[in-house]
Amino acid sequence: MKVKALSRSTADFTRETKSDIQILPRNVDPELHPLERAREYKRALNAAKVERMLAKPFIAGLSGHIDGIYSMAKNPWDLDRIVTGSGDGELRMWSLSSQETIWRAPEAHRGIVKGVCNIPGGDTDRFLSVGTDKMVKVWSRTESAVADDGVTPETVASYSGKHAFSGIDHHRRRPLFATSSSLVEVWDVERSEPIANLTWGADTINTVRMNQTEVNVLASCGTDRSIILYDLRTNSPLAKLLMTLSTNAISWNPMEAFMFATANEDHNIYTFDMRRMDHAVNVLRDHVSAVMDVDYSPTGQELVSASYDRTLRLWDVGTGHSRDIYHAKRMQRVFCAKYTQDNKYVLSGSDDGNLRLWRARASERVGIKSNRERATIEYADKLKDRFKYVPEVRKVLRHRNIPTSIKKASQTKQVMLQSRKRKEENRRKHEKDAKPRVPERKKAIIGTSSK
Amino acid sequence: MFAAAKLGADEAVAKRTHHTASGDEGSDGETERAPRTLRDKPAKSDRTTQPSTGKKRKGEKQAAEVPEDTKEPDEIQQRTAQAAKKYQRGGPSSTTTKVRSKRAQASLDHAKRRREEAAEEAARSEMLLTQDAGFLEAEGLERTYKFTQAQLAENLDLASAGKIFDLKLADFGPYALRYSDNGRHLLLGGRRGHLASIDWRSGRLGCELHVRETVRDVTWLHNESLFAAAQKKYVYIYDHTGAEVHCLQKHVEPTALGFLPFHFLLASTGMTGQVVFQDVTEGAVVGSHRPGLGPSHVLKVNPYNAVVHVGHGNGTVSLWAPKQGKPLARMLCHRGPVQAMAIDRSGTYMATSGLDGRVKVWDIRNFKPLHDYKTKQPAQALDISQRGLLAAGWGPHVSVWKDALSTRVDKPYMTQLLPGVSTSALQFVPYDDVLGVGHSQGLSSLVIPGAGEPNFDAYVANPYQTTKQRQESEVKSLLDKLAPDTIALDPTFIARLDPRSQAQKLRESAVAERERYAQDKEEGKYLDSSVRNKTKGRNSTAKRYLRKTQANVMDLKKLQALERVEREKQQREKAGDLPDEHKGALSMFYKDQR
Repeated sequence: MKVKALSRSTADFTRETKSDIQILPRNVDPELHPLERAREYKRALNAAKVERMLAKPFIAGLSGHIDGIYSMAKNPWDLDRIVTGSGDGELRMWSLSSQETIWRAPEAHRGIVKGVCNIPGGDTDRFLSVGTDKMVKVWSRTESAVADDGVTPETVASYSGKHAFSGIDHHRRRPLFATSSSLVEVWDVERSEPIANLTWGADTINTVRMNQTEVNVLASCGTDRSIILYDLRTNSPLAKLLMTLSTNAISWNPMEAFMFATANEDHNIYTFDMRRMDHAVNVLRDHVSAVMDVDYSPTGQELVSASYDRTLRLWDVGTGHSRDIYHAKRMQRVFCAKYTQDNKYVLSGSDDGNLRLWRARASERVGIKSNRERATIEYADKLKDRFKYVPEVRKVLRHRNIPTSIKKASQTKQVMLQSRKRKEENRRKHEKDAKPRVPERKKAIIGTSSK
Repeated sequence: MFAAAKLGADEAVAKRTHHTASGDEGSDGETERAPRTLRDKPAKSDRTTQPSTGKKRKGEKQAAEVPEDTKEPDEIQQRTAQAAKKYQRGGPSSTTTKVRSKRAQASLDHAKRRREEAAEEAARSEMLLTQDAGFLEAEGLERTYKFTQAQLAENLDLASAGKIFDLKLADFGPYALRYSDNGRHLLLGGRRGHLASIDWRSGRLGCELHVRETVRDVTWLHNESLFAAAQKKYVYIYDHTGAEVHCLQKHVEPTALGFLPFHFLLASTGMTGQVVFQDVTEGAVVGSHRPGLGPSHVLKVNPYNAVVHVGHGNGTVSLWAPKQGKPLARMLCHRGPVQAMAIDRSGTYMATSGLDGRVKVWDIRNFKPLHDYKTKQPAQALDISQRGLLAAGWGPHVSVWKDALSTRVDKPYMTQLLPGVSTSALQFVPYDDVLGVGHSQGLSSLVIPGAGEPNFDAYVANPYQTTKQRQESEVKSLLDKLAPDTIALDPTFIARLDPRSQAQKLRESAVAERERYAQDKEEGKYLDSSVRNKTKGRNSTAKRYLRKTQANVMDLKKLQALERVEREKQQREKAGDLPDEHKGALSMFYKDQR
């Protein structure tokens, strides 16, 4: 007789001392794990609920400005410092970690501060501001001594222009900056006069943005509904794009230098490939009022947008609708929004004069996580991804509490768009020479031209 | 197969005959298969077969000298591929059809690749399993079914031999028994009111009480801290100290209990024949069904899909889910009352025994009979072990068959006579080679080598669970508690894509609706439309509905309206048109309308 029966030694499966780890053998045989799919579905549902439970995106509201915040700049070399300019001409520098003002210039400009930007480089803390007072001013926290609180510190340098400025951006490497007014001007920091005037058409330019990767390219948008690209090497415009409504802001994709996103008056955000501007690469539609600002995340995969409808929205660049909406009870029209350089936070500046700090992913928490914790989070993410199309899970994941006004407006807008579409379809059906369908990505584009 | 391929041809034949004698046809099939798969391959595999077949042909000397390691990777790959089948999720790859969108196709391909990789990884992880299954082999003229437990005890290691014991409890028998999911705790319920829970390996008594009334069945709930007993009138729940926690009065005169661990449902059937499902976490009765077939004494839970199988007095077995008022299936299994039932853990096989003296094996995926065995007396108790051994208790005998589910066997694997008792309940201990037999004189514990799953998963059931781990797993399992409506014959239906198109779904629901309507009409739920006093003209609500709604939208309501209009038209045609003078507003004053 040959015989052997299962006989386990307890010592093999129990720990000797309390400091030992528990012995937990695994066996992945499917027969040992019945009802796998039902259980995973349940876990996915739980994970979705937990995600929504933990979704507390608002971190802090930083108050100080008397008037609304209309311009904001982040510093690629410094995660902590943010500069904001407000409607009453005040400039403030904030420390995000301590959540307080660390420097201020109460009367930096007469009138609205229309734009601020940092001078690149880790060795300098200088930054520029422009206002409707036709001045470009250079500031520094260390160099512009603060005599007393409430007294405007001295500028490091200043330049005076001919028109009221509307925007400013600095070159990535060279000591150049571009300003927008009724035209785009390129300045050398060493000279008091602009070194180049860039124009194509004659109307007010809303803003100007330099490409930080393909450094010789800059883009501007004007009230004549145009978006113009310029080349610094030839000091001339490259291409022009005319849209149905004007563009409020532009953001270059930091990872794909040829891509940029535009915040349009028609409630939409358009992303473009500058090599082929006859159609938008994507149309992001969810806002119910004009989009005032847009900013790419440092990964180039996400966008944050600020809108006149008093909300902030976050987007995946590849999808057509926002993945999240942020709003606060006292937040008024949002005029500027920025993604922080660590891809973890979002900043918004609004009409009510508060700078608000939000989480980029509402349910994510910072801090060092244990391996177990991380594994749990990854497992939950995978489950949510796997079951996201199941109605129950989708319902939980997509649910947002949004203000009644926004909800009503989006419903009205939906009806409006549908009826417009229906009308178009009816025309197409019954008209003799019906026009072919225009893709949504081309609808808002009137035309393009290049030089 | 890996080992079998290396055997010489003569050895293989010898092994075959030997196995047939011991009734082991499963592995016999494998020994036959092994050379065939190798033979299928031309040229190269011919070389590799050479050393394995053992026949050396002339002039092929160098072929025989092929070093061992050149064939190894090939075989390992084959073995992994074969093992991977076991771990394949979602059946065979279903994405062979091309989809139109390139992106969607890419993501489908990616998912498929990931599935295959995962299966392969899982197959490879088998290497990490530390324990091997038990076995019992006869040598020479011996036969495994002739071995007694006393003989086994002489040859077994001390720890295993200690698992052969009898508990003499002659006063309160016969006994029902239940092992906990990790096999560590034993619950005993004597017909005459004796309840006891024991950590049976260490012999430590958990609690013991006498309820002074009939106890027909017992079951553990989600872990060993709670158990339920089917008593004379109701089901009672006790905690680990033996204190009565609940009396479940919705279960009237219960005879058999089952527990669905993932749904936290306690299922019972009883003298009223009612099948009751009660949620043990919140106490709600989530389902109560009346099969209408008189008292039933047999209830088993299918571990694969959590469907409850109930055996009835007329020989049928019905399958129940808590949220379906009608049985999911009804199977006529025996010519006489169903006595006992067992379901294997893969949800493929069910074994039933009836008073007609037969033990039948069924494929419950398609409800077809597979094998029919005869017993000298009707089997009172059945159980299937984790590795597929079928045990039957009839009178004082306990017989265990190996491979009796997949193939028809002639001789049992093991038998045991328990003199002077009559068996009432059987259960294989999970993750152990032990069979517990409850009978009129108490309990006997028999060692059946090869019965239990050798490698447990500590996250599923851990025989060495600490208190902390038990508490943690309790919380986890409560978080993952499944809703009762996730129980269906196919447990993978959840979150599955419905391949029917929207139009097809509508059509099918319209057909179903029509059938329901026809059935209701047959049952007299609606008044016949010809009887209805209809005074209006030819206008009907259906027609008005059709006029008012959008023309291009087809939904269920619309389809019904269309159908109704059609029906009305047919009725009119059938009745024949009325003569002209009988039409119009004044027609009601005519005496004779037809």
